[in-house]
Amino acid sequence: MMHFLLLFSRQGKLRLQKWFTPIPEREKKKIVRDMTTMVLGRKPRSCNFLHWKDLKIVYKKYASLYFCCGLDAEENELLALEVLHRYVELLDKYFGNVCELDIIFNFEKAYFILDEFLLGGEVQETSKQVVSRSIEASDMLQEVSERPCSR
Amino acid sequence: MPAPIRLRELIRTIRTARTQAEEREMIQKECAAIRSSFREEDNTYRCRNVAKLLYMHMLGYPAHFGQLECLKLIASQKFTDKRIGYLGAMLLLDERQDVHLLMTNCIKNDLNHSTQYVQGLALCTLGCMGSSEMCRDLAGEVEKLLKTSNSYLRKKAALCAVHVIRKVPELMEMFLPATKNLLSEKNHGVLHTSVVLLTEMCERSPDMLLHFRKVWILVPQLVRILKNLIMSGYSPEHDVSGISDPFLQVRILRLLRILGRSDDDSSEAMNDILAQVATNTETSKNVGNAILYETVLTIMDIKSESGLRVLAINILGRFLLNNDKNIRYVALTSLLKTVQTDHNAVQRHRSTIVDCLKDLDVSIKRRAMELSFALVNGNNIRGMMKELLYFLDSCDPEFKADCASGVFLAAEKYAPSKRWHIDTIMRVLTTAGSYVRDDSVPNLIQLITNSVEMHAYTVQRLYKALLDDISQQPLVQVSSWCIGEYGDLLVSGQCEEEEPIQVTEDEVLDVLEGLLVSNLSTPVTRGYSLTAIMKLSTRFSSVNRIKKVVSIYGSSIDVELQQRAVEYNALFKKYDHMRPALLERMPIMEKTASNGPTEIVQTNGETEPSVPDTKHPPLVTQPANQANDLLDLLGGNDVVPVIQTTLPTKPASAGGELLDLLGDLSLSSGPAPAPSVPISQPPFLLDGLSSQPLFNDISAAIPPMTAYSKNGLKIEFTFERANPNPNIAVITIHATNTTEADMTEFVFQAAVPKTFQLQLLSPSSNMVPALNQGSVTQVIRVLNPQKQQLRMRVKLTYTHKGSPVQDLAEVNNFPPQSWQ
Repeated sequence: MMHFLLLFSRQGKLRLQKWFTPIPEREKKKIVRDMTTMVLGRKPRSCNFLHWKDLKIVYKKYASLYFCCGLDAEENELLALEVLHRYVELLDKYFGNVCELDIIFNFEKAYFILDEFLLGGEVQETSKQVVSRSIEASDMLQEVSERPCSR
Repeated sequence: MPAPIRLRELIRTIRTARTQAEEREMIQKECAAIRSSFREEDNTYRCRNVAKLLYMHMLGYPAHFGQLECLKLIASQKFTDKRIGYLGAMLLLDERQDVHLLMTNCIKNDLNHSTQYVQGLALCTLGCMGSSEMCRDLAGEVEKLLKTSNSYLRKKAALCAVHVIRKVPELMEMFLPATKNLLSEKNHGVLHTSVVLLTEMCERSPDMLLHFRKVWILVPQLVRILKNLIMSGYSPEHDVSGISDPFLQVRILRLLRILGRSDDDSSEAMNDILAQVATNTETSKNVGNAILYETVLTIMDIKSESGLRVLAINILGRFLLNNDKNIRYVALTSLLKTVQTDHNAVQRHRSTIVDCLKDLDVSIKRRAMELSFALVNGNNIRGMMKELLYFLDSCDPEFKADCASGVFLAAEKYAPSKRWHIDTIMRVLTTAGSYVRDDSVPNLIQLITNSVEMHAYTVQRLYKALLDDISQQPLVQVSSWCIGEYGDLLVSGQCEEEEPIQVTEDEVLDVLEGLLVSNLSTPVTRGYSLTAIMKLSTRFSSVNRIKKVVSIYGSSIDVELQQRAVEYNALFKKYDHMRPALLERMPIMEKTASNGPTEIVQTNGETEPSVPDTKHPPLVTQPANQANDLLDLLGGNDVVPVIQTTLPTKPASAGGELLDLLGDLSLSSGPAPAPSVPISQPPFLLDGLSSQPLFNDISAAIPPMTAYSKNGLKIEFTFERANPNPNIAVITIHATNTTEADMTEFVFQAAVPKTFQLQLLSPSSNMVPALNQGSVTQVIRVLNPQKQQLRMRVKLTYTHKGSPVQDLAEVNNFPPQSWQ
């Protein structure tokens, strides 16, 4: 299973953090620091896999954002890259040519999309269309059925 | 009160802050506003405020005062509120929080909500971070939803069940009935999550695994699903670069792996589909390779036929040549796992693996290094070592320690010649001398002692290395030890292997004294040099100089040095007659564990310890005294004293560390520092060389003999040739007692002529039972490099019927085969 998924910028600013195991707040901050240091310190043409404690770390850079996840040792790293890519595709479909700013200003949407794709650290839906449709339907529900409470 | 500012407004404002202080100020102001809004129990804007709080939490600011607000949002009827509320809960309300359990009721209600998206939120939250108590309370609801026909909910329920099982394994059973039809679903989401659920169950419970294997017969079902995925045409919904639902394919392959492991029938049932996937999957993109990777892992783990295994290794071989670094990395990792079981197949890819040593990527270099060491064998040792030494020269410091250890281990197991071995050690010490592990020093010393014919060459090379560079401590330590031992060979210019150098006693002493005063030397190194200088007092003629050096250090601030110097001083002054015996040449050391003989060094190596102080006569001087008596008997100076060791025999653990690097299938993080091997390591799998069969059957070639038979005590010798050194004869004595009384405090001692070296190991006991009820056995190892006729003087002491008995005897009737 995936233990965590982090999105951070080139300057190390956190844009999204999803934790699938219970960890004290202090330790979360430490992990985030370690991940950003390790990943940002990698040479440009290195492979996308790292070891950290007993986890495999898989990361990929998309434009100015680093997508970094921590996996159990028996997970398939190459597939993890596909999982990260799928998430980016879902974001892209939702926001239309997604960029870092979209995720900054709509972080809660990024979480909602993630929660339709992964659950408990595992992939819950393998079809892009199904995920997108679920999000759209949820958004509609938000707008239509209840009194709108714009944020 | 004005409406609280909107989320995006806040984000925009905070982003304009130019300094950390400015940001903090904005945040504090907004937090205060939010707090007062919470206090006013404002329903309308609670959602907005919590959202802002979550943003600030992501920036690293405390947000705990929003926890209860999240609960209120979850309890609200508005979907918007619930959405943000559950998000907040997942971020702020993990199971460590006190209020976590308060969510339970809300979640329970929402699990039964009429809107599936609300149910989805509840399932998601429970499945991501529900505590054990919450899981226990709500497992029933999850189980109900697992049986629904709504695939949107079913897939979420399946993963929620996975989480419940992880938290509360005892609840696994209750999900079993609901899992039954999951695989007959068409919906890929449900299929995928079902496979995950089945995998989790199989991994946690061997009973479940058996049940799925034999009763439900899952394998054919999974094979069928996988086949459909591969054979079916293009499906736009699940296609990724021409491959249909790679996520599902990989999960099925993983489940097949678990089902097929150590089960012939299951493995056979999946053979065909594995071969099909392995040969037909498109490899141009990462996604195809991900599937191939999983396939290879499965093939290697189940009981697959050899053709399939070869296919798998060849896929890995192809991966090694791929341009994509990730693929190369993954190939090296997998090959590392399989190198022990399919050694020959992996050997075929050796040259590609060695090339990876030159890769720029650090992770790849490390894997390549570990794999290269695993592939070294007697045939390729020269070539491989060349590459590995070159790697040692040029690699980053983080690799040097592990690489050096690996080189030593490999050299020890497969060295084609003694000279090559010594040269290799020298090369490592001179290029990476400061990185070698501390316990390599005693290892190397032992190695050098055992290569008797190379002593002159070794000491000469080490001396020359010292002249160049005294900064690398392990090198300096080994060198000083050798110079101390073999300094006489050095000055006499006896080297055969290469041009002997001209060096005087004074020059040697200059170098050793230089080490003592140099700032670069550690206290341990200084200890070595002082001892070496002392040893040279029996090998060199310039004793006065040595006496002077030793007396100076009698007042050294370093306690260890001071103690040594004082004791050596005493040796010169009061116990000069014992000095030659104490400082004699080291006997060959028992070669049991190749990386744990620190014990040996302690008992054998520093035997010059102590000048006896009246209270605690040290172990060593006693046998020396007794040996002196025997010395007299055999005619003066031509006998080597026997030094008893108390070393228990251990099975060889040569390469045990390498096993640790390789055998850790969970691929622990970072450079696994090879741990110092505990003495009780199981024997190394790949190698039977260094295991000394000490209490073995009689070697058929050499007949046993009776060495002594008198007064009811009979001592028989049985013989054995010690591998790998044919000059060492291993004699086991068996002492038996035909009288009616036991012989207690039985001690057996032996002395041999000077051309031999002898080593006595601990006896099995010191009581020879009466009436042949048992025997005492003890092992003697005799080194006979000049192949002279073996003769031995033995001394026996024991107590019989209350009175002490002592006897001396000469043993001359050794069978010719034992010394020829």
